[in-house]
Amino acid sequence: MADKVFYALYDDDDILKDAASELVAKGIRVNDVFSPFPIHGIDPIIGVKKTRLAIVAFIFGATGLILALVGMRYFMIVDWPMNIGGKPNKTLMQNVLAFIPITFEFTVLLAAHGMSLTYLIRNKTLPGMPATNPDPRTTDDHFSMKILLSENTQFSSDEVEGMLNASGLVELNQKDI
Amino acid sequence: MHNLADIREPLILGEKSYGDITHDVVSPIENKAPKGWYILLTISAIIAIWGVGNILYLIGTGIGVWGLNKTIGWAWDITNFVWWVGIGHAGTLISAVLLLFRQRWRMAINRSAEAMTIFAVVMAATFPGIHMGRIWLAYFVFPIPNEFGSLWVNFNSPLLWDVFAISTYFSVSLIFWYIGLIPDFATIRDKVKSPVMKKAYGILSFGWSGRAKNWNRFEEVSLVLAGLATPLVFSVHSIVSFDFATSIIPGWHTTIFPPYFVSGAVFSGFAMVQTLLLIMRKTMNLESYITVKHVEYMNIVIIVTGSIVGVAYITELFISWYSGVEYESYAFLNRATGKYWWAYTIMMTANVVTPQLFWFKKIRRSFLWTFILAIVVNIGMWFERFVIIVTSVHRDYLPSSWSMFYPTWVDIGVFIGTIGIFMFLFLLFARYFPVLALNELKSILKVSGEKYVKNK
Repeated sequence: MADKVFYALYDDDDILKDAASELVAKGIRVNDVFSPFPIHGIDPIIGVKKTRLAIVAFIFGATGLILALVGMRYFMIVDWPMNIGGKPNKTLMQNVLAFIPITFEFTVLLAAHGMSLTYLIRNKTLPGMPATNPDPRTTDDHFSMKILLSENTQFSSDEVEGMLNASGLVELNQKDI
Repeated sequence: MHNLADIREPLILGEKSYGDITHDVVSPIENKAPKGWYILLTISAIIAIWGVGNILYLIGTGIGVWGLNKTIGWAWDITNFVWWVGIGHAGTLISAVLLLFRQRWRMAINRSAEAMTIFAVVMAATFPGIHMGRIWLAYFVFPIPNEFGSLWVNFNSPLLWDVFAISTYFSVSLIFWYIGLIPDFATIRDKVKSPVMKKAYGILSFGWSGRAKNWNRFEEVSLVLAGLATPLVFSVHSIVSFDFATSIIPGWHTTIFPPYFVSGAVFSGFAMVQTLLLIMRKTMNLESYITVKHVEYMNIVIIVTGSIVGVAYITELFISWYSGVEYESYAFLNRATGKYWWAYTIMMTANVVTPQLFWFKKIRRSFLWTFILAIVVNIGMWFERFVIIVTSVHRDYLPSSWSMFYPTWVDIGVFIGTIGIFMFLFLLFARYFPVLALNELKSILKVSGEKYVKNK
């Protein structure tokens, strides 16, 4: 099916935010927004859900914690118990105090790296990936709003164009895809 | 919209717009570097090569070329290690702790402070590496299968904790820094004209496009990484202090070490940030972004942490007497009045007395005074580590073992060399990397920009 994409370019984040809320109120679905910095408050307007990356970090962190404890128990208690200054080392519980620092470090290591890798993969930002922002100015001082005609079938192309033109934009680009 | 109290000074001076911020940071990258940069780079490269030469000589000959003797088995190597790790602490403190406290002034300085952290930690990690003597066996510090040797590494030892702490700290700081850099590399990619640079920054920017969902994740990742890095930064220097505190050498065996080392680290780190930033703001025309207010805030951190360090010094002295332990009392009395009294005096003056000058508003808002006092702190904090390490071990239990430490030219060469390597890396960073966190600065422009603050 022939589709049309609109890129409305704004030169201010607040204007874009107001425009987005107005358009959404009229029933338009905004596909995406490209901006040089995070626009606070835009997510609920255009329906971007809160990310679940923090949960990922927790899962990785919990894995790190368990791995570190299981590993150290094996190295120091099971495989080759070492008598260091006569400190008790019969069970993990007796020796665990000395294991806290490494347990903590390993928890942080896995949580931070695991979350960051997930972040890069989910964002599709990896070495060699092509940039997909519609206009080079959107990483500098302009803000772009992307609207797909196929997501707004109740409006005609001209209606969408008219609404966008009235929203305080500085430039409108349309493309048939 | 955020509300800003009237007494808050603007953090971005001048009539800056979003575009101006990009321009101010990207144009030095695009244009030819000034002559001064080449001169500084050459000087630091020469020092760096000299340092690398010394390190290679050391590795080839063995650590006997250092001035160590049978009483003093640890001297400049560990002093330099602790000094560099300490310097590294300011970067993470600025980017992580101040992020959690929502301090907007961190945004102009966090990028370069984090770069400083990473380079400083690399320099720090050099010392434990080379002081092993046989560096090609360095992988023995990792928990490796039993077939390699006869035992596992000792997980009860603070030295092993250090391996985990430093490597975690380094790699977490690195990703924290790089995740913040990605959107700024994208800005440079889209701004520069030269196709080679476009390609290079395109690769560095990982194809960042700035979608709403990307930013949503970016903010979450920054916050969680800050939350993870905050306890991490405190743990790292606590663990460094355990290297000493868990041993039974009088002068080292004290429970005050972790907080004392952590505040000392922040203290020395901020001093180094001041040293670097004051030069950078002048040479790279960043006066609108790194303002006198930023410098003042950092000086306040220096007074606070410097005073904590001062209290720790005095507490140590008091406790050594109050403990009633003969050896402990002697260690501290000897520190202050023994053969190394001059090092102790430098430490006390530079870390406790002179930073108090920052109570005067004139001094803490003066760039020249800040620069001078920051260098004094850098020197003082090096002496602090020297005093703690060398004065504690140079008097053994047996007077026949008493000794002094005299550095050889290899000791000096390796230390000066690491400063050269550090400066070399930092200069490359200042030239090719976005020195300000563009995306963060733009997000506070409407709150803390002078233009907007005035028209409120």
